[in-house]
Amino acid sequence: MIEAQDLTVEIGRRRIVSGVDFQARAGEITVIVGPNGSGKTTFLKALCGELAYGGRVSLNGQDLAAMKPVKAAGLRAVLPQAAVLAFPFTVREVVRLGLVGGRSGVSAGEEGRLPERALARVDLDGFAGRFYQELSGGEQQRVQLARVLCQVWAPVLDGQPRYLFLDEPVSSLDIRHQLTIMDIARDFAGQGGGVVAILHDLNLAAMYADRLCVMHRGQLSATGAPGDILDDRLVETVFGCRLQVGKLPPKGMPFVLPQSVY
Amino acid sequence: MADQSVAGLSGMASGMAGDRSARARLVIAGLCVALGAAMLFSLTSGASDASALAVLHDGLFGASGGMDALSARDRLIVYDIRLPRVMMGVLVGAALAVSGAVMQGLFRNPLADPGLIGVSAGASLGAVAIIVLGGSMLAPLMAFFGTFTLPLAAFCGGLAVTLVLYQVATRRGQTSVATMLLAGIALAALAMAATGVLIFVADDRQLRDLTFWSLGSLAGATWQKIGVVAPVIVLSLAAMPFLARGLNALALGEATATHLGIAVQRLKYVAIVGVAAAVGSAVAVSGGIGFIGIVVPHLLRLAIGPDNRYLLPASALLGATLLLLADAVARTVVSPAELPIGIVTAFAGAPFFLWILLRKRGILDL
Repeated sequence: MIEAQDLTVEIGRRRIVSGVDFQARAGEITVIVGPNGSGKTTFLKALCGELAYGGRVSLNGQDLAAMKPVKAAGLRAVLPQAAVLAFPFTVREVVRLGLVGGRSGVSAGEEGRLPERALARVDLDGFAGRFYQELSGGEQQRVQLARVLCQVWAPVLDGQPRYLFLDEPVSSLDIRHQLTIMDIARDFAGQGGGVVAILHDLNLAAMYADRLCVMHRGQLSATGAPGDILDDRLVETVFGCRLQVGKLPPKGMPFVLPQSVY
Repeated sequence: MADQSVAGLSGMASGMAGDRSARARLVIAGLCVALGAAMLFSLTSGASDASALAVLHDGLFGASGGMDALSARDRLIVYDIRLPRVMMGVLVGAALAVSGAVMQGLFRNPLADPGLIGVSAGASLGAVAIIVLGGSMLAPLMAFFGTFTLPLAAFCGGLAVTLVLYQVATRRGQTSVATMLLAGIALAALAMAATGVLIFVADDRQLRDLTFWSLGSLAGATWQKIGVVAPVIVLSLAAMPFLARGLNALALGEATATHLGIAVQRLKYVAIVGVAAAVGSAVAVSGGIGFIGIVVPHLLRLAIGPDNRYLLPASALLGATLLLLADAVARTVVSPAELPIGIVTAFAGAPFFLWILLRKRGILDL
């Protein structure tokens, strides 16, 4: 389990995240939604130790602040919102960087084939020999996901569940690949790993989230199963627009149909 | 771009498309051979006519008095004049090229180079301070550190510039290339101004030493100097391969490198100290030799890709080879006089640098 207690992040003098208590369980997809500037990415960066924070964060019960980078890398992988690459690496070389920490969980013999398998998983067969910098934004995003998957290929290792942090993993993807990526997340959770994802698409969030956390002005204004918390009133207060939230039979999965305010 | 054709080549039918490690190993093997040839060539070319065969024979089997035996005079020339010069060339070339590659990985930019961004100027300042003031104001230092004073001062100068540069150019883990280059220019100017003050107070003999030294030359190579700088250069180069994986991860940014398990702060610390030590030592014994650190890694990235596990050793080999060739040119082009080698590397390197800029306009917009 990933746990944050009274998590506070300040950048300069501005308090971006204030006093958040948060849990993400192994075996579940936890999705964070919220308007631009609500502190989602800052919160996620604090959770993975990228930003200084107040309060306490723990991974599987161990304090993140006291954890060495290599130990943390064995427990969780992070897909950043935007990834830049400084030199002309091939796609295979980028994906292989996921193995730098050396805890994929597969045997040394199989590790050589892991980049291919990860690329196939994100629907990029045959891309290994291409140059990363020449790919489209969506393709680059999927290469990065393949790299992240290599790092924590086995969702559970030595009895410890491992975690994927995904910051807007589908932001530049077409609809088919949005579903591909979210299915990968679901599989990962299904095999005992944990996923924390930031999404903008409320419908995608409702479809895949086991737990939904709604972030608003640096705080969690609602947490729970999408069907329990997503309603007209919440969407209106948090996103500041009037939308009707409907329920889809048979399980009552909520859906939001965007419409112009005019 | 030329990079594209390289990718095409790497996509062999082996099922390991995009894996350039086999080719990298091949290139490294080839570079080993090339370096051996360049060393032998340097040992045997010059005013004395000791033949390559004789030198090899003598080196392998000792003086055996056969047909190919070296005369006593030739032995002296080969072992006490040419061999130290060759060893110095190898050490300095490797140090400069690897330092360039490491700095480029650290700054995440192919234009970073110890000479270009003021590290060499800082090292020069340290060295000049010792040359000029070693007999007077800094005499206590000389007394304490002995022959190590000069390389140590160069190291401190290079380290100071690198640290300031990194602080100025890096904000929240992202290095601004434009800031880095401009800050490098400012720091180099500052170091050169201070050097100028020292030159102003130098006497005539020191002045002549300084002029030739600052243009860069391997002519002053002696076994004693090698004994002083070789341990430093070899040690710092030996540490670099341990940085390779971290530098690779750093290509994805500092945050991502940390997520991949790299202790980024320690990596930066070791890299900066290592580069300052290697460049400081190289500058201390050979003066201002430019462009090796930028040309060599760039050529190699075209050939074998940016993977530092291969790039760093290959840079050491090619840097050493190119510097020996430049030295051969320096010795022969205005023979019997000798051109400072820094002039040769600048004439070859500066146009090359412009060519990189032409190929990659917009590189500063990274």
